[in-house]
Amino acid sequence: MKRALGLVALAGLALTACVQNNADEDAETIAVTSTADGCQVATNTAQSGTLAFEVKNDGNQVTEFYMLGDDKLRIIGEVENIAPGTSRTLTFVAQPGSYFTVCKPGMVGDGIGEAGFTVTGEAVEVAVDDEEAFAAAVTNYTAYTKTQVAELVTNVTEFTNAYKAGDDELAKKLFPITRINYERIEPTAEQFGDLDPKIDYRKPGADAEGLEWTGFHRIEADLWLDEAKKNYPGDPITTALTPEQRTTLADQLVADVKTLYEQVHSDSFKLGIEDITNGAIGLLDEVAAPDGKLPGEEDEFSHTDLYDFYANVEGAEVAYLNVRDIAAGKDGGDELVTTLNKEFGAMKSLLGKYGDYDSGFVSYDTVGQEERNALGAQLNALSEPLSKLTSQVLGVS
Amino acid sequence: MTRVSRRGLLLGGAAAGGAALGGGGVALALRDGDAPASADADEQATYPFEGEHQAGITTPVQRHLYFAAYDLTANATRDDLRTLLEDWTEAARHLAQGREVGETGAVGGSPLAPPEDTGEALGLGPNGLTITFGLGPALFEPGRLGLEKKRPALFEPLPSFALELLDEATSGGDLCVQACANDPQVAVHAIRNLSRIAFGRAQIRWAQLGYGRTSSTTRDQATPRNLMGFKDGTRNIKADEADELAAHVWSGGEGQDWFAGGTYLVTRKIQMLIESWDRTRLDEQEAIIGRDKGKGAPLSGDTEFTEPDFEAVSTATGDKAIPMDAHVRLAHPDFNTGQRMLRRGYNYVEGNNALGQTSAGLFFIAFQKSPRQFIDIQNALARDPLNEYIRHVASGFFAVPRGVRGGEHVAQDLFA
Repeated sequence: MKRALGLVALAGLALTACVQNNADEDAETIAVTSTADGCQVATNTAQSGTLAFEVKNDGNQVTEFYMLGDDKLRIIGEVENIAPGTSRTLTFVAQPGSYFTVCKPGMVGDGIGEAGFTVTGEAVEVAVDDEEAFAAAVTNYTAYTKTQVAELVTNVTEFTNAYKAGDDELAKKLFPITRINYERIEPTAEQFGDLDPKIDYRKPGADAEGLEWTGFHRIEADLWLDEAKKNYPGDPITTALTPEQRTTLADQLVADVKTLYEQVHSDSFKLGIEDITNGAIGLLDEVAAPDGKLPGEEDEFSHTDLYDFYANVEGAEVAYLNVRDIAAGKDGGDELVTTLNKEFGAMKSLLGKYGDYDSGFVSYDTVGQEERNALGAQLNALSEPLSKLTSQVLGVS
Repeated sequence: MTRVSRRGLLLGGAAAGGAALGGGGVALALRDGDAPASADADEQATYPFEGEHQAGITTPVQRHLYFAAYDLTANATRDDLRTLLEDWTEAARHLAQGREVGETGAVGGSPLAPPEDTGEALGLGPNGLTITFGLGPALFEPGRLGLEKKRPALFEPLPSFALELLDEATSGGDLCVQACANDPQVAVHAIRNLSRIAFGRAQIRWAQLGYGRTSSTTRDQATPRNLMGFKDGTRNIKADEADELAAHVWSGGEGQDWFAGGTYLVTRKIQMLIESWDRTRLDEQEAIIGRDKGKGAPLSGDTEFTEPDFEAVSTATGDKAIPMDAHVRLAHPDFNTGQRMLRRGYNYVEGNNALGQTSAGLFFIAFQKSPRQFIDIQNALARDPLNEYIRHVASGFFAVPRGVRGGEHVAQDLFA
């Protein structure tokens, strides 16, 4: 499939939300080689200004190249659909900071050859142009969403394989980790009406709507059967599922996340700037809801709510960072951006007291009411200014 | 900038300016006790936010209360406290005039942004709203905010009392806001918007809705009844008793300039064992209180406002007409070294508990110059037979700074 090359030989994307015209005139060119098992970048440092990554695909699968923010989540720039044996170039204005480069042969999973990349020098002045800046933010956020869903497919497959094989210990360990990608982009997934109920409904939701209860939480109930018995004594869910039932349930979840993957990778998948800013506050609303993470209702059997909590916050922060420079460039923006930077930091550091993805978060049923109140207070401290982001970005006053 | 009044016209607005906060500063005082001149007068009443003392203490007691206690967020600094009090003061100036919070209010802002004001008081008058701010003792703990040297000498946490069953979660707090208004929605609106302003610096620890004032602070107001069916607060200090206020309510500051003109605020959530009380025979109810249930007169006779005669003897029994352990006797200044408090409590009803018992009682609020006044009287009540029918289930204790003048914010001197 060679169409991509002819269509867009050069994907010009912004490192900030600001795109410089004629960006490639004095661009510094950096060679990248993507192979089946590597992602060689000619240098890991550059001066701020216009950078052009020339990505050559020496592997045998279609590949992608990404420039990620220091959180390894936010996509700063990306170039897709690089067919084997061809090259494409990613050009953008790079501001000083720490970044990561990564290739993604086969276009699914976490990618390979992730490496640090540092940009030094002075900040580059670029004029803010709403149309271009919005387009760049939307492009980057859309790419991020696709990446999260791609990783979700990989992780759900691994998780459900453990579950089907009866390796409950491994499945329990993978359960909260697998949900991270989903929780980061939850409002987007919820756009596809019937998918979220299948993937992420809690038992009361499925019961109320008369749906067959499937997805993450149905598997959760089966994995933490003692908790299920405690919460729903006498309910049919307190009977352990047979291997056949497990397989049906697991395959359904895989099929559903694959459908989600197809949806977000289809040409008709379009996000707008407001999807980003409203999605950010929507993610925090997911945390605070009466059936959300803060009250410990989301993961009522596994008590792994803190993973979801952290992932929701990360997702909101990525959305925010995608439009931060636009917000900052408008009247009153500096104050809002300063506040949001501070409150996102405070929220993550407060959650950090309870663990992290790698070493695990504590079980939420060990987090007392006063500690939950403190988490809620910080969530309010963050949500209140974040609710002003949409109007700040769109600049209607 | 379009600040919209909730009603186009504010009768009496801030006409009284910084005038005395006693009944005299009231633009539209209520007449004839519980029957105001008109419902509209009730709705249009305003009280000045500024003054020598904060409003909401001697102000004629409004019909409804929403009281909230806040905790500073974990990492809040002294600066956060100061800016919060600044922002609260500014918002309170608006609210007290029946205006919306913020520059653009409830519907005047960007359609893409959440409104600055939450909007549920649109179309309602000022309703005599007063907002009273207080500071909790924990703010002055050494090493917390650097305010330990500003602590008034008597401002220590209250001691424990007999028979109390306090719930920590609904007691205490770093800050408090008392909102009183003739419409409950106006009081709730005030607290809700102040809470929103506080996010990131402070958050609600507990809040209490009250209705049906149980005290009066002016002679114009009839003495109301509490949920036990008795007139309450007959002997309350009244707004025009300047000497009494000076003697019992307003603090000289205890060496702290910022507290001069302030007062101590004590709240007690007093649950009534309603079902038990209702099964108590009338003469026992009256003996426990020491007053006639119908007209409120002391059992020594005459009218409600007749001073109780504690020496009077009942011709029927030969015992003291007002029993030795009657509530009115135990709480009376004559038996408490002359100490009095200014009370402005409210009834509360919160449905029922899981056992089907009514959750109701008195949200007691008292202002006093020294916490000793409350402590001594409360200790004197340890042998009150009323204790069989009540439990203190929550407690709050706050220092209320003096009122503000133009351009100042609440507790400004605390940061000098």
